Amino acid sequence: MPERLASIAIALVLAAMVTPAHAATIEITMENLEISPADVTAKVGDTINWINKDVFAHTATAKNGDFDVTLPPKKSATSVLKKAGAIDYYCRYHPNMKATLKVEP
Amino acid sequence: MFTRWSAAVAAAILLSSPALLEGASAADKPTDPQIAHIAYTAGVIDINAAKQAQKRAKSKDVKAFAEDMLRDHEAVNKQALALVKKLNVTPEDNDTSKALSKQASDKLAELDKLDGAAFDKAYVANEVAYHKAVNGALETQLIPSASNAELKSLLQTGLKIFQGHQQHAEHVAAELK
Repeated sequence: MPERLASIAIALVLAAMVTPAHAATIEITMENLEISPADVTAKVGDTINWINKDVFAHTATAKNGDFDVTLPPKKSATSVLKKAGAIDYYCRYHPNMKATLKVEP
Repeated sequence: MFTRWSAAVAAAILLSSPALLEGASAADKPTDPQIAHIAYTAGVIDINAAKQAQKRAKSKDVKAFAEDMLRDHEAVNKQALALVKKLNVTPEDNDTSKALSKQASDKLAELDKLDGAAFDKAYVANEVAYHKAVNGALETQLIPSASNAELKSLLQTGLKIFQGHQQHAEHVAAELK
């Protein structure tokens, strides 16, 4: 059904247009009690995809309170960056897991 | 030097009767089946302490901390059991495990007499000391002595987890003051 395909194609194009051109998705992985990459630079509007590969629960908790994401074992979660700044974050359950996220305007 | 190691762990963890140290194995260093047993026992001890804390703790932070300990140590021990099964290793009881268990049951009895804020403080202080002692034993003796690579790797993950617990416990302790 070419007509249907065409309308799907148009819908996809429209969907692409409403997404700001610069928005990216960045993966940050927690595995074996390590956050990687430990230093990430992103932009306001970008999405962080937090991936927990451990059998332990972790959190990504911003020291300044900007975000606090809980990650059950073997689960992932996303958060959209809303504010610029250099954010130090850690895992509340294992405070020896630390990393930095630099958010540019 | 398993004997010396037992004594060192005992000095750090047991803080009690020297009689407990006397039966230590004469083997040069702990074998993998003994290491597996010690690591598993150390986990069970903290699980039991957490279960007691869930019943007796007053502070919300302390209750939450106990829940974290329960969850993590159960997860580590589940991995340990899966590993010994895979490696076809039977964990072997030994004097260090026995001394640890004895000391832990004494500690449980001691904490059982406390309530509310007094319990919270004593439990968290013991968690700091206990994780510190276990981490020292992991770093200086258990990890270097482990011969199987997978066991060594699990112990290394355990060390990172327990170092995290120690910092978490120190943080909770500081908040209680």
